[in-house]
Amino acid sequence: MELSGVLAPPMANGEAVFEAPWQGRVFGMARALAEAGLYSWDDFRRCLIDEIARWDREPEGTYAYYDHFLRALERVLAEQGLVAPAELGARVEAFAARPHGHDHPAA
Amino acid sequence: MSHDHRAIRAEALESLLIERGWLTADAVDEVIATYNERVGPMNGARVVARAWVDADFKQRLLADGTAAIAELGFGGEQTEKLVVVENTEQIHNVVVCTLCSCYPWAVLGLPPRWYKDPAYRSRVVREPRRVLTEMGVKLPPATRIRVWDSSAEVRYMVLPRRPAGTDGLGEAELAARVTRDSMIGVEVL
Repeated sequence: MELSGVLAPPMANGEAVFEAPWQGRVFGMARALAEAGLYSWDDFRRCLIDEIARWDREPEGTYAYYDHFLRALERVLAEQGLVAPAELGARVEAFAARPHGHDHPAA
Repeated sequence: MSHDHRAIRAEALESLLIERGWLTADAVDEVIATYNERVGPMNGARVVARAWVDADFKQRLLADGTAAIAELGFGGEQTEKLVVVENTEQIHNVVVCTLCSCYPWAVLGLPPRWYKDPAYRSRVVREPRRVLTEMGVKLPPATRIRVWDSSAEVRYMVLPRRPAGTDGLGEAELAARVTRDSMIGVEVL
């Protein structure tokens, strides 16, 4: 069957599924970890609802769905004792300190 | 926070998870590829077209959406129940997730941006007719609007009305007429 118009894959019908690559990584991580049984999707969803509800109560800046999604993922991982916020903070600092042009750690 | 900051945060998280053996980069790639290439509104369009040409399938679809889409090879690993609601002359259905972003992934892929935005989530419940008008849907005053709030357990998809003048079309041609928005209920074909 010829794939065009609405029948075409989402990426080809003019609307990107993710607006930035990191959003895809975050979504992919959240699903893959649930599929691997590290938490249930309901656990994750509860955190996501909570993060979104917080913004709904006190809107601050522009609504950015994947910001809430990332925070929800961090929270469910912390709740399950898988990644402590301090560990993540340290890794973020280390990555942020990389010199320009060295975005990826040497293999 | 900028995209750059988020990107570093996501990368840091992924590296920690991979180091501990809980995740592989391939598993993440696979999820992304699934939603970029294989799962999207083209699946729902095929379901709708089948329902338009096959009255028995339509009956099964409205009775048990999850089982009916499995006949076409959709669904599977998702445990959420799919409920398909039919638009008629009297009733127009529209779908929302007021709390977050629940959506019938198996048939529609990932939700569009506006579906996740606070304005749509709160307003379509309070003033559905006005929201639909703003989105270009003009309904006769006598048509009732029913809003379905998705949840962790139940995902809704709208079965739009078959457009007039499509009697001679085959299933594939009909599927090409079905849009994502019509299956959310914010477009009339």
